[in-house]
Amino acid sequence: MADAPAIASGLLPPEAYAANFDDLNPPLDRRAALVEASRCYFCHDAPCIAACPTGIDIPAFIRGIQTDNVKGAALEILEANIMGGACARVCPTEILCEGACVRTAQEGKPVKIGLLQRYATDWLFDRELQPFTREPSTGKRVAVVGAGPAGLACAHALARRGHDVVVLEKRAKGGGLNEYGIAAYKVAHDFAQKEVAFILGIGGIELRTGVELGRDVHLADLRREFDAVFLAIGLGAVNALKVPGEDLAGVLNAVDYIEALRQAEDKAALPVGRDIVVVGGGNTAIDIAVQTRRLGAENVTIVYRRGPAEMSATAHEQEVAQLNGVRIRHWARPVRLLGDGHVRAVEFEYTRLDERGRLAGTGETFHLAADMVFKAIGQLLSPDDLDGAGDGVELGRGKITIDADGTTSLPGVFAGGDAAAHAGQDLTVVAIEDGKRAAAAIHRYLTR
Amino acid sequence: MADLRCQIAGVRSPNPFWLASAPPTDKEYNVVRALRAGWGGVVWKTLGEDPPVVNTTSRYGAIHFRGHRMAGFNNIELITDRPLEVNLQEIKRVKKDWPDRAMIVSLMVPCTEESWKAILERVEWTEADGVELNFGCPHGMSERGMGSAVGQVPEYIEMVVRWCKQHTRMPVFVKLTPNVTNILAPARAARKGGADAVSLINTINSITGVDLDRMAPLPTVNGKGAHGGYCGPAVKPIALCMVGEIAKDPECRGLPISGIGGIETWRDAAEFISLGAGSVQVCTAAMHYGFKIVKDMISGLDNWMDEKGYRSLDDFRGAAARNYTDWGQLDINYEIVAKIDQDLCIKCGLCHIACEDTSHQAIAAIRDNGAKRYEVIDAECVGCNLCLHVCPVEGCITMVPVENGKPYMTWAEDPRNPQNLKAAE
Ligand SMILES: Cc1cc2nc3c(=O)[nH]c(=O)nc-3n(C[C@H](O)[C@H](O)[C@H](O)COP(=O)(O)OP(=O)(O)OC[C@H]3O[C@@H](n4cnc5c(N)ncnc54)[C@H](O)[C@@H]3O)c2cc1C
Ligand SMILES: Cc1cc2nc3c(=O)[nH]c(=O)nc-3n(C[C@H](O)[C@H](O)[C@H](O)COP(=O)(O)O)c2cc1C
Ligand code: SF4
Repeated sequence: MADAPAIASGLLPPEAYAANFDDLNPPLDRRAALVEASRCYFCHDAPCIAACPTGIDIPAFIRGIQTDNVKGAALEILEANIMGGACARVCPTEILCEGACVRTAQEGKPVKIGLLQRYATDWLFDRELQPFTREPSTGKRVAVVGAGPAGLACAHALARRGHDVVVLEKRAKGGGLNEYGIAAYKVAHDFAQKEVAFILGIGGIELRTGVELGRDVHLADLRREFDAVFLAIGLGAVNALKVPGEDLAGVLNAVDYIEALRQAEDKAALPVGRDIVVVGGGNTAIDIAVQTRRLGAENVTIVYRRGPAEMSATAHEQEVAQLNGVRIRHWARPVRLLGDGHVRAVEFEYTRLDERGRLAGTGETFHLAADMVFKAIGQLLSPDDLDGAGDGVELGRGKITIDADGTTSLPGVFAGGDAAAHAGQDLTVVAIEDGKRAAAAIHRYLTR
Repeated sequence: MADLRCQIAGVRSPNPFWLASAPPTDKEYNVVRALRAGWGGVVWKTLGEDPPVVNTTSRYGAIHFRGHRMAGFNNIELITDRPLEVNLQEIKRVKKDWPDRAMIVSLMVPCTEESWKAILERVEWTEADGVELNFGCPHGMSERGMGSAVGQVPEYIEMVVRWCKQHTRMPVFVKLTPNVTNILAPARAARKGGADAVSLINTINSITGVDLDRMAPLPTVNGKGAHGGYCGPAVKPIALCMVGEIAKDPECRGLPISGIGGIETWRDAAEFISLGAGSVQVCTAAMHYGFKIVKDMISGLDNWMDEKGYRSLDDFRGAAARNYTDWGQLDINYEIVAKIDQDLCIKCGLCHIACEDTSHQAIAAIRDNGAKRYEVIDAECVGCNLCLHVCPVEGCITMVPVENGKPYMTWAEDPRNPQNLKAAE
């Protein structure tokens, strides 16, 4: 029997969906923002600034909130980080600015920098102000491949400098994972598209959607047609479990399901299982687990092969999962997926570290019932995308090799974001900084 | 982008934000850091005759109000404790390197014409834009017959200003002490003497607290304390009032004012300017947070002016001074009553108890089946605003105008005024 009766849609009362996928952290109103802003000490050489990959002058923007110069605050943020609005929502602040806040050391309670950043940027967005203007045209043209955070940040900075930018994007909308990957309750109310419109609002950026590098256009063409190219294609492939039963129905890539969820007009129409098993230990695992719970799944279990400290999901994310009724099990790895056409269960083997500190199975196993299994064990650069008709950029560690400025092995070709072997983690804010830094390097290259 | 350029008594600066004469302007090192941060000008720490003064240690006291640090600040420091020549050399260099910024030199010497003449000559050499006569310092220097000892005697002010105007081409600012019963007396004296502008306020006589173990006023110096000068956010209302008094005084009409006292933000500055100040000066806020705060002051003022459609400082300078009047000119017929937004109310009861115990018993405490409810009794409300101020929820209590159809009427015109009753008899 191939169909799985437990998989169904519309498990919840209709009004529950709107609530479940609304802002996880609701915005601050003015009074709350003033109270929170007054907690900032305006530190000298503030540790939060150093902890922000884009180097936002956090005490300066918080002072703007304190003095009701909210526009000044928003500009302070956007000058350093054009997607300061997205970052206010999606950054794992507990390991970035807020983790470094002196109040964390003092009393375990950082200033809520993320929410204050959102307060300031929302102020500007709500008023639909466009504060940026372009320098006179340079006549130079740059192709940006991928309209995610890295690509759009780069495009915006280049457009400001007077260069003309064409952004090629294989999907139907811009925004990258802000639109297709981040958990829905982090970027509610179509924020990703509002931000894309804001970025394009400066002018000089043409977004061409439905155009795929490696299929519709090749790197060699772009190098010929444009004065410079920025590759920001993210990670298009996913890791496989490589265990028997992986091809059973109901075994899915977490990112694919999240993409469908993010694009679903009506979340009630999404089919979801009763017993869900998620394999992985990162934020993608957390996101798929929490979102399926919020769609009405009964039992959602994340299984990770090592301990809590090794999970790349932050402690805060793990807590969010647990608050949403997700069970997290450690020290087990899948050995087999069981089912008859459709997955029914997963067989796990307990794991431990051997004498030499390597992960090893103990030989003992257990089963978890599952009508949906999500793979969330990491994404990879898809080399097909980079088919450049003989014009290959050098890869290393499975990603595009770059220097600190984003320069690749090919002259005039730059790269950044998740697709590049950058020093930082694969985070939205790091991708934005990559785009910003590459834009500066491209500008130097074009005006050399 | 509004135009923030400032001109007062012939002194120009790219913005109205100056640092007041105090430790932030004590030497080239600090001043250059400040100018680099964007300050429009500085009033150099007060110079005096050599040999320089010697300061005590333990110099500052502060009021930390319910978790907010330095709501008020107090000091027992004297004027510069560095040699005159060193200061002059530095002033000259800074002015040369930063020609677009205002450089005012604060001065305090004994009350003789020769002393003033001598120091003015030396300051001229620096090519500073102006001098500020420090008649304000309320501690230490006043015991030596300078500072507020001069500033409290209008005749002395007039005399010294006259000397200075005779002996220098530079614009003369007179810095006033608030430690007087009526600020108009020294302001008018300064004007009579020929002052180009007044700066106010200097610090207010104060003891920030008492150390109850050592039984001595704070800050204590080896078991004893002297009164100091109070400044910081706590003094702003006093400073605003004094600035406004001078701005609306017919005898001081047109006398430029450099506003000082508790200025921390662009909004504070806008308030001083709207009451008539030409430039504003800051000390405590810089001492609390560093020079960087000027960035938000500039951008905040700029953004606010844009929003209001003011293109230059002159567009709103003095705009509020025109509405600053005497009590006798207020509309006695104007009526407002408090209104409580029941949806916002969190039932803390503070409005009720404030009105019940100390005002007009105009807020009823209703208990309906155990549910609490506070309601204004319109007929009893005198519109004093007390409940609005004690309410912890922003926007919950508002004051609503009552349409009573009565015309604007001053107390002088009011039939209830005993003067009018007498006339009617
Ligand atoms: C499920 C999930 C949740 C996440 N949650 C968070 C979070 O909460 N906080 C956080 O900071 N980070 C999070 N991340 C990471 C973050 O989303 C990425 O680091 C960030 O989006 C990287 O930006 P990018 O611009 O490099 O790539 P992407 O955002 O991946 O953008 C790449 C763009 O390129 C396009 N593209 C790809 N190939 C081609 C091609 N051949 N031709 C044309 N266009 C192409 C894609 O369609 C896409 O629009 C999450 C990631 C995932 C997968
Ligand atoms: C430590 C300290 C030293 C000061 N020294 C002087 C001085 O030498 N000359 C002077 O005119 N005013 C002096 N002042 C007064 C300030 O210039 C200013 O008038 C006052 O502090 C009010 O402004 P504020 O509230 O911004 O601090 C001093 C103030 C402080 C706090
Ligand atoms: S502020 Fe500087 S000079 Fe003053 S007490 Fe502290 S360390 Fe000493």
